[in-house]
Amino acid sequence: MSDMNFRTQAFNKANLKRRRAQSKAFEYFCSGVTGLAVVVLALLLYDIFTDGYRWVDAQFLNSFPSRFPEKAGIKSALVGTLWLVGFTAIIAIPTGVLAAIYLEEYAPKNRLTHFIEVNIANLAGVPSIVFGILGLAIFVRFFGLGRSVIAGALTMSLLILPVIIIAAKEAIRSVPSSLRQAAFALGATRWQVVRAHVLPSAMPGILTGVILALSRAIGETAPLIMIGALTFVAFLPSGPMDEFTALPIQIFNWTARPQETFHELAAGGIIVLLAVLLLMNALAVFIRYRGSKQ
Amino acid sequence: MAELSAKKTRWNEWVLEKLFFFCAFVSVITTAAVIFILLEETLTFFETVPVLEFLTGTRWTPLLEPKHYGILPLVAGTMLIVMGAAIVALPIGVASAIFLSEYASHRARSIIKPILEILAGIPTVVYGYFALTFITPGLRVILPDTQIFNAASAAIVVGIMVLPMVASLCDDALRAVPASLRHGGYSLGATSFEVTTRIVVPAGLSGIFAAFVLAVSRAIGETMAVTLAAGATPNLTANPLESIQTMTAYIVQVSLGDTPSGSLTYQTLFAVASVLFVSTLMLNILGTWVMRRFREVYE
Amino acid sequence: MSDQTPILNAKDLSIFYGDNEAVKSISLPIFEKKITAIIGPSGCGKSTFLRSLNRMNDFIDGVSHRGEILYRDQDLYADSVDPVEARLRIGMVFQKANPFPKSIYRNIAWGPNINQLGGNLDLRVENALKQAALWDEVADRLDDSALNLSGGQQQRLCIARALAMEPEVILMDEPCSALDPVSTARIEDLLFELKENFTIVIVTHNMQQAARVSDYTAFMENGVLVEFGETDQVFTRPKEKRTEEYVTGRFG
Repeated sequence: MSDMNFRTQAFNKANLKRRRAQSKAFEYFCSGVTGLAVVVLALLLYDIFTDGYRWVDAQFLNSFPSRFPEKAGIKSALVGTLWLVGFTAIIAIPTGVLAAIYLEEYAPKNRLTHFIEVNIANLAGVPSIVFGILGLAIFVRFFGLGRSVIAGALTMSLLILPVIIIAAKEAIRSVPSSLRQAAFALGATRWQVVRAHVLPSAMPGILTGVILALSRAIGETAPLIMIGALTFVAFLPSGPMDEFTALPIQIFNWTARPQETFHELAAGGIIVLLAVLLLMNALAVFIRYRGSKQ
Repeated sequence: MAELSAKKTRWNEWVLEKLFFFCAFVSVITTAAVIFILLEETLTFFETVPVLEFLTGTRWTPLLEPKHYGILPLVAGTMLIVMGAAIVALPIGVASAIFLSEYASHRARSIIKPILEILAGIPTVVYGYFALTFITPGLRVILPDTQIFNAASAAIVVGIMVLPMVASLCDDALRAVPASLRHGGYSLGATSFEVTTRIVVPAGLSGIFAAFVLAVSRAIGETMAVTLAAGATPNLTANPLESIQTMTAYIVQVSLGDTPSGSLTYQTLFAVASVLFVSTLMLNILGTWVMRRFREVYE
Repeated sequence: MSDQTPILNAKDLSIFYGDNEAVKSISLPIFEKKITAIIGPSGCGKSTFLRSLNRMNDFIDGVSHRGEILYRDQDLYADSVDPVEARLRIGMVFQKANPFPKSIYRNIAWGPNINQLGGNLDLRVENALKQAALWDEVADRLDDSALNLSGGQQQRLCIARALAMEPEVILMDEPCSALDPVSTARIEDLLFELKENFTIVIVTHNMQQAARVSDYTAFMENGVLVEFGETDQVFTRPKEKRTEEYVTGRFG
């Protein structure tokens, strides 16, 4: 039947041995490289903590920035961040969640819906500094809000809106349709179904996404620079129209100075910032855990 | 009676639906606003500075005399960062993805994935700090010619920032390759190295490519790390140890200064931002298109 | 029963998924250049058993075994045995065709290339395709993607791919279950020819197929080997009552 000799191959033992060694080496290489990423993270955290831990104390948290490093603190930055995040949350969360509800529960599958979803996907990838420019032109100048907390909050909201919408959509989509069918069969309107059944079920996923989006907002600097959040602020905002500063801005300002002590102050500020983020992410993990138990 | 209340509920539903629609439509308004604002100022800018000079000029000195408006130095600066970041993020990202999808145990995955997420969640200003206070001094020890502000430190740090995204997307791409293909390879007497590099990775190549494209887009848009560590010197160079300025860093520089609105300098901000916006947009569209295509192959 | 030494021999083999005993103490000889069919209801452990013969179970988490599998009197699972080498001699065709997303030629050439089997590669590919009765249909388009072939053609391609390695044994895990009757018949005809040069172990739940094609038949149920013997005897004069119930339940 065939012209070839069968069993012509002498299985080359040396060849097999080499390939086996090569395969093992490759596995070690890949795991080593992955370990590198862990090492980098450890290095980064170590560097920051050793630079800054001496500065993080009650006085640091309770003082305004100053030309004198010993007296400087991040009170205004921390409070400013809280104001900013608070207003951002008030604006972005309802808008984002309701938008996701529309897209998942109400929107017909037509070109307009597709166009909206494409827009959201694209906005998610636009550099944050472009949002800053948008905020500057529209909120600061056109609407005349000036360099205020509310202008910052509106800008940040636009930035994180795509993130919230995408996360909320995922959460809503994972609610089984059988749940909705049952409610409709009992004669409920669409909004009643959403409010009473879909939203509660999707809430853990939505909350997780919201918290992650807000974490992103807390860490963003470029948009705030664009709208003019000040870098030397020795007062606390008392209303949304007040000027403000924020943690990332203060950190940026101190890092950009040539003196070593200001770098250490910056490290201290970073520790506070990371602590805030850690808390928020721990909250997200906790919510995800509680949500999955139900 | 029943008719009246049914009508009222329907009217309420109608209002709610329109409200929700508006919330979703905000995204469209945002995009339109971005395009409109960038376009308006950029077109005004081009009334003074010829487009060709802007796109091909090799000197960028809008804040000094004599003024030049060639964007290439900024583009070169951005490209240096992007390439450096790619050199860091792509090999490590792909190797990590291979480890995660082909070799890692469940336990290892459950440790590594969160760590990557943490790396991704660290604010960029922190990475800028790290570049300036740790990487640059380190580099200057190894290569004493390195300037205090240099492209390399920023590029390394942007690479670290982008790494989790590359690893995660490549991991998804590799895991989408069906197990039956791997088994087919193993049944022919192949080692795991051969199955991984000659079957799995080639099969997942379009997903890996999409990851690269999206990573490049992120790196182009990166602002704070490059502002803090790479410098403020528009410099058309290929030497990563020199101080440069990226498009994003220039935008920050202008807005930190006192620039009267309506001035030419103010308009440069928008012109540069337009280039930034268009390039990231096109890369994102390319990346998501490739990603959608690779998902279809296995369904 | 043939009194030659079996080329593969399972002795008191039990296979576990974690704590679950999927294959219970099986002793089963596979004779050289014969076709052995393994039949039984779904979930009886026949695929699990088959996969243990070329160490493909190594890739499933939590699988362990007791007892031995001998390949030409050598313990297949000994520490000194390289599973890669084992699979060079014992090839496999899977239930659902799994061609690589490459050209037809490269699918067949892939295994021999990796293992540096030598000889004229073009000739090897051609012979493999001829033995799998696919050559006439693809000779003029070897560079086309394998994914463009029909289901039956893809499965024959996978058979050719295994044949190109010149294994001694070919394991087939329900190779026709995803195919139409015409493709199935073509592959069954193939098996008669392949028997001259290869030992074949075929898992199937199509009893007509087992009766037509095989020399020996093993009947498994719930992980236990109920009966093993020459096919003729197992189907017409089964020794065990359960065998009789199974084979007659499906006939007529």
